[in-house]
Amino acid sequence: MLNPQLNKHGELQHLLTTEGLPKAVINHILDTASSFVSISDREVKKVPLMRGKSVFNLFFENSTRTRTTFEIASKRLSADVINLNIQASSTSKGESLLDTIDNLSAMHADMFVVRHSQSGAPYLIAKHLMETGQHHVHVVNAGDGRHAHPTQGLLDMYTIRHYKKDFTNLRVAIVGDILHSRVARSDIHALTTLGVPEVRAIGPHTLLPGGLEQLGVRTFTNMDEGLKDVDVIIMLRLQNERMSGALLPSAGEYFKSYGLTPERLALAKPDAIVMHPGPMNRGVEIDSAVADGPQAVILPQVTFGIAVRMAVMSILAGTQG
Amino acid sequence: MSPLNPSQLDAEALYATLLAAVKAGLAGISDVAIVGIHSGGAWLAERLAADLGLQDRLGVLDVSFYRDDYAKKGLPAEVKPTHIGFNVDAATILLVDDVLFTGRTTRAALNELFDYGRPARIMLAALVDRGGRQLPVAADFVAAHVAVQPGQALVLKRDGDGKFTLTIEHA
Repeated sequence: MLNPQLNKHGELQHLLTTEGLPKAVINHILDTASSFVSISDREVKKVPLMRGKSVFNLFFENSTRTRTTFEIASKRLSADVINLNIQASSTSKGESLLDTIDNLSAMHADMFVVRHSQSGAPYLIAKHLMETGQHHVHVVNAGDGRHAHPTQGLLDMYTIRHYKKDFTNLRVAIVGDILHSRVARSDIHALTTLGVPEVRAIGPHTLLPGGLEQLGVRTFTNMDEGLKDVDVIIMLRLQNERMSGALLPSAGEYFKSYGLTPERLALAKPDAIVMHPGPMNRGVEIDSAVADGPQAVILPQVTFGIAVRMAVMSILAGTQG
Repeated sequence: MSPLNPSQLDAEALYATLLAAVKAGLAGISDVAIVGIHSGGAWLAERLAADLGLQDRLGVLDVSFYRDDYAKKGLPAEVKPTHIGFNVDAATILLVDDVLFTGRTTRAALNELFDYGRPARIMLAALVDRGGRQLPVAADFVAAHVAVQPGQALVLKRDGDGKFTLTIEHA
């Protein structure tokens, strides 16, 4: 099957996943984002590209940060943003996902930004829009289940490119709960497409999914070995809600084996950067001395994230069906 | 002056004409800055700034985010960052483009400049004016008026030594 994200001209119609996203499309997004970065420093932090367009934020799963950054990105593009509190709305009255979409489309939506706990929900919406001839409506996946979080993956790529310039000589380590992480999946696909020769996944056996080797990823259960000579460290959030389960003994135990401390960071290259998608659990996956240290680029990631989302939305909104 | 035939165009001679006109026109004006429109206008602005001693008052605009054909054409494959490194408020800005045609690029550039502040005055310089205006826009400084067939584009190029040439391309 053709890549459902691209139209017949190979242009980006929806952003659902970084898997199979052509290198040229990723680079176009990153290049465009770099032009949006400076807009946030101006007197007027807006451009008129999406004037008159309506962006619907559909967050079926809670998220403050991602929803806020999409909202800011939409507003800086001059779009009108409508935030739907789905949990408190029709879905809880039994309306189906696609009925919700059809109703919002009837209100002349131009773009849906979708977060859903079910993997594949944004794909289902995009497919439905295409099958019903609504080619002018675009879908951005803002995180679906364990599957994908493509804008986080792309902002991570932007951050790495900003600090490291070239992807083709890098060692990148992703550390923590790879099993439940859509961020890890989106990062791995994008890093591979951009030509990173060595991607490592570090975590306990119980949090390393099968099949990573087939994606070209080297796995490590010993963090000290895994961090040796890496250029980039991407820490993942340890999801507290999973702590009580059988996967992990305790937060304290986890920090002893997989927490990023200054001593462990010293095993990486001296100019290695430390990234984290947020929200951070200090003292669980990352030591405060590292999180606030000179090698952390966690706050620049947030700033770049707005520019990357502006790039994605403005490229999508300019694509004809 | 009567329109030139495009084959007669000597871009270097036109640049000298434009520089002389700009120099005379800006004499006695304070707080001048030069902003070129990407890409041809930016090259011209760079050279004008060097020749006028205004290198620290140079900016570049990529008007892609302000164009009126975005809904039809989407974003171009390459968007260059806009860079305005000086305070726009109360400045006299010389906006520079290579070819003045419909006036739509100028409109977009004016809108973008005002998102940086409130200039005292904006003046427009273009290497050539090919007519065909669709908006009420006129240049303050222009080196030549040129007759170009519809469907053709006048393209400014810069070689490795910084020398300019103008060529006709089929759009």
